Amino acid sequence: MAYDLSFAQDVYKNSEMGHWIKMCKQCGVCAGSCPLGPHWEYSPRQLFQLVRGGKKEEVLKSQSMWMCTSCYNCIVRCPRGLPITHIVHGLARYASVKGYADPNQVTNRFATKIFWTNIVSTGRVGEAMLTMRLYFVDGLAAGIQRGLEMKDSALGMLMTKRLNPIPFRGKIKGYAGFAAMIAKAQELEAKREAGA
Amino acid sequence: MKEYTFFPGCSSEKSASAANMEHSVQAMCKILGIQLNEIDDWNCCSASIGYAGGGQLPRLAMSARNFALAQQQRGTTDLVATCAACWLAMRETAERIEHEPEVRADINVALKEANLSYEGGIKTRHLVEVLIEDIGWEALKAKVKKPLSGLKAAGYVGCQTNRPFGIAGESYENPLYLDKMIEATGATAVNYPKKVACCGGALMFTEVEKSCALVRDLLQCAVDNGAEVIVTPCPVCQLNVEVYQGKINQLFGTNFNIPVIYYSQLFVLSWGGSWEDAALHQQVVSAEVLRRFA
Amino acid sequence: MEAKKIGCYICTGCGIGEALNVAALEKIATKEQKLPVTRTHPFLCGAEGLQMIRDDMANEGVNALLIAACSHRVKTDEFERFNTPLLDRVDLRDKSLWVQDISSGNKEAKEDLQMMASDYLRMGSVKLKKMNAPDPFQDDGFSRDVLVVGGGIAGLTAAKEVAATGYRAILVEKSAELGGMVGRMHKVSPTMPPYRVLEENPVPGLVATVEGESRIKIYKNATIQSTKGAPGLFDVEIKNGDTVHTERVGSIILTTGYNLYEASKLDARLGYGSSPDVVTSLEFEEMAKAGQLVRKSDGKPAKRVMFSLCAGQRDANHLEYCSAACCTYSLKQALYVLEQFQDGAAFMLFQEMRTPGQMEEFYRRVQEEGGVIIKGDVEQVSKGASGGLSVQIHDKLLRGKESVDVDLLVLATGMISTVDTQDPNKPSPVGQVAEETAKSVLNLEYRQGRSMPELKWGFPDSHFICFPYETRRTGIYAAGPARRPMGIAETVTDATGAALKAIQVVEAVAKGAAVHPRSGDLSYPSFRREGCTQCKRCTEECPFGAINEDEKGNPLFNPTRCRRCGTCMGACPQKIISFANYSVDMIGSMIKEVEVPPADDEKPRILVFACVNDAIPALDMVGQKRSALSTYIRIVPLRCMGSMNLVWIADAMSSGFDGILLMGCRHGDDYQCHNVRGSALAEIRLSKVSETLNRLQLESSRVKMVEVNIMDADQLPTIINEFAEQIGSMDLNPYKEF
Repeated sequence: MAYDLSFAQDVYKNSEMGHWIKMCKQCGVCAGSCPLGPHWEYSPRQLFQLVRGGKKEEVLKSQSMWMCTSCYNCIVRCPRGLPITHIVHGLARYASVKGYADPNQVTNRFATKIFWTNIVSTGRVGEAMLTMRLYFVDGLAAGIQRGLEMKDSALGMLMTKRLNPIPFRGKIKGYAGFAAMIAKAQELEAKREAGA
Repeated sequence: MKEYTFFPGCSSEKSASAANMEHSVQAMCKILGIQLNEIDDWNCCSASIGYAGGGQLPRLAMSARNFALAQQQRGTTDLVATCAACWLAMRETAERIEHEPEVRADINVALKEANLSYEGGIKTRHLVEVLIEDIGWEALKAKVKKPLSGLKAAGYVGCQTNRPFGIAGESYENPLYLDKMIEATGATAVNYPKKVACCGGALMFTEVEKSCALVRDLLQCAVDNGAEVIVTPCPVCQLNVEVYQGKINQLFGTNFNIPVIYYSQLFVLSWGGSWEDAALHQQVVSAEVLRRFA
Repeated sequence: MEAKKIGCYICTGCGIGEALNVAALEKIATKEQKLPVTRTHPFLCGAEGLQMIRDDMANEGVNALLIAACSHRVKTDEFERFNTPLLDRVDLRDKSLWVQDISSGNKEAKEDLQMMASDYLRMGSVKLKKMNAPDPFQDDGFSRDVLVVGGGIAGLTAAKEVAATGYRAILVEKSAELGGMVGRMHKVSPTMPPYRVLEENPVPGLVATVEGESRIKIYKNATIQSTKGAPGLFDVEIKNGDTVHTERVGSIILTTGYNLYEASKLDARLGYGSSPDVVTSLEFEEMAKAGQLVRKSDGKPAKRVMFSLCAGQRDANHLEYCSAACCTYSLKQALYVLEQFQDGAAFMLFQEMRTPGQMEEFYRRVQEEGGVIIKGDVEQVSKGASGGLSVQIHDKLLRGKESVDVDLLVLATGMISTVDTQDPNKPSPVGQVAEETAKSVLNLEYRQGRSMPELKWGFPDSHFICFPYETRRTGIYAAGPARRPMGIAETVTDATGAALKAIQVVEAVAKGAAVHPRSGDLSYPSFRREGCTQCKRCTEECPFGAINEDEKGNPLFNPTRCRRCGTCMGACPQKIISFANYSVDMIGSMIKEVEVPPADDEKPRILVFACVNDAIPALDMVGQKRSALSTYIRIVPLRCMGSMNLVWIADAMSSGFDGILLMGCRHGDDYQCHNVRGSALAEIRLSKVSETLNRLQLESSRVKMVEVNIMDADQLPTIINEFAEQIGSMDLNPYKEF
């Protein structure tokens, strides 16, 4: 049966900015404003209706949320003032945390594993390491292949001193406090996401 | 001498992708008499893709730590950012700390682990806003020593400098400040319809072909409208639009080779700074077309 | 009446004096037109200029004014406050000087402009000579009372407002109690800021006010047996049981509200009748009022309720239109469910959610409370697994068929007019609608039928852009859903507005003056009985049903119904209908007064008939923009294209005009004619003009009619100049030589 509201109510409560989903009036301006719109399996407004319709699997396993480039066009154009970008980010996070999102979905994998690990392990982005980890995420051969494809660019970056040849970088001075802060924030976040 | 607390962000570090922006920003500020006091031991803002791994609180806590350090070191002096994503993340964090007491409380619980606290109070500004509001258009124009006459430049505002906050007083659909900056150097701002289109942002890492298609459309539009150079305030835009031109040519059989530079580089050049001051030697796509003004 | 003494005043300001040979114009006025007083002034609309005119009226006995200056649409405060009805404005500036390019100093261009100004002066002079002072229609029996038909929220509001203004109202309600449809409601949607909360039903309070008001006379259980007469003089027979009361009233407000489309006629897929848990909005409203939000099938609480917002609406098989109020109405009912049950759920199936005005705020509120909107439609209704209903829907956003279990399905059926209407283009004479008499609200004893003219879909609305509340029967105003579908807040505004219009008409009638669009006009049509052939064209064509017929078929004018558009005058083949200040002879004489240059001069002349409501303002705007128009044209303003009599076409052609351009308002479904059918009728008449032209052995392309909107100033130069070019390329009218 459709429109069992229990999933919607959980999203309203526990997904970032999720309560705004109830305010969507289905005008479709978001869908028409999205740079990768044609690549979304469900446009933002459709995602929102799926949430309201109780279609948990369809929403959380969808590739759609991972198509967000964070351009914020939908936010500024939404006539109802929904923070659509944040809602979509929230749904992606919700899907990832609840284990519905495919761990090998490229953006999910990059965002949750590679990027986040990269920044919390030193306190700052290590661009060289980030790139390397991304290239080699599917193994050595694929990594070399990707590296070769981008070698001209990488070489250009190196030559112009915009890429560090040494991928390892040091931690920030206050790393211990930083790490403890992140750990505490994650603990609070987990509680909140569990609906506590 | 005007002083501001400064958050450079990861891409502006030495040997990072926006090192050319950082270099030219410093040169520009020197000419303008602006002193940028970098927050000591700042951390990453969590960037736009940080939401998936970080969720809300860890993500917001990262900017909160930077605010707390800034306050400790520099009081409530205005905090200036140059990177669109950093500026956006800090603006968002500041807004949520101000308007959501629960978020503010939780953030402070986390900050306490680092022996810090922050309750708000620092205004976050984009360097562009400092130029417009604190320096002013007339002063910016007055600095020009080598007018870039005849140069046709496409101002590419992109997304995150423009939305959801945007430079104060500008429209989302057609912001004009970048065109005005171009005109202030004596160059001609190209009128083209893609100045606020998306370059793919962080998805350039994972959805390469889709993002490259966006950049291709942008490049084509700028070139078709006569641009010799693209000018942007955003390091993500600059990187995606400049560095991926080779990849785009390979994917789509195009032949793009157009320099993509920062507004700060354009100013430094027109204000009589050297090629190196403007960090124009740090371009992956050569900016030789500008040599005539150096 | 004292003899007419015309004073001609030529303004030489605004560049007129430099561009024109004013002395030559003065000569035309004095020598040719033989006007007794002619003066010029460099600033006629200034205090000194105006005083000069006043002095002439006081000292020289001037009582008719020919003011040759600017367009009659400007400087009205200055030029139209003289104490005389005999006045004409000759436009030497806006439609003359400003549309002629003489900047080159070209001698011929200056001559052309001089000829144009001379002709306009001649035309104005002869028009004023033919003009008589109207004798306003008066009757000892005028009433200022207002009849309000229908005692729902619209009627109650209208009666209250009429009384509050100091007039008497007579309120007729067909049922035993006042209150109408809204009176049956539980609560009402918001009518005031912040437009987010349900409001208590205002009707009981309104009924008490109205029943306690001494200036309002109420008939309950009453219907209207017949309505005779005209504004100021309506005699209404009110039937109350076996008793018939006759009331004389000045004007009428129709506030009979709406009926709901019958749910039993809806498509079977909506399930009405198949389960007691499928109900109409009105039934649901009554359940809410009784505190019984339960499944009718088993009495269990109705916590999950689905609302179908367009049941049988915007549907070619049922009602084609949107009833405007049902989305808001359903949102309100959704809030009943959400406010009563903590775990309640309300689903609104919509096509397009339409929440006019401030109701968007209310829509937001209902969504905040958890109301779920679904873009889609009901496909099938069956019994639910645990009682209640299983509704199969087509969900346009979830891309397919979905089943939703609910306790109730509420169908928002649409509004149907309660006013009997008829096709205004096929007026049916009294006798032919006898069988419909019983159903008629007003039972008008009008030659054009007992019912109200229809705009669309059975509603008696009229010219919705310019004249709200208006119907095509003067002095009868419709308000609320009787006029067109609308919600409560709008109905209250509507009823208040209609009350003011109803008062306005009784006051205008008392002065013998017209209501809009010719507000204040004291003239009215009269006819020369001995010339009448009883052809009935005037009685049939009058857009307002103003003219009845006597038993012989002669017209019987009802001056207070008349809008003074002159359609009867245009229709009359015998040319016997006229107004004191507007007649076939007057316009015909103006045409003949134009000095048509001899064929050798190769200067064609084109007569432009332009409607004063849209085409003239548009032409003035052409002047304000200083766009050049052909020097061939001579413009004659008409009250309405409906007043265009075909004899003028023949007059113009036989006077040597080479072409005729008629500028009327848009007609058809989206008509813009201020008099509803004037331009449409003119077009029909013109279709017969080729006979006239053939008789004169002239090409029919010499006469052209175009639709002109007030916003068309940018197009007019092209329209006029292309026609002028076309006429210029033809041979000149051979009748010039005669």
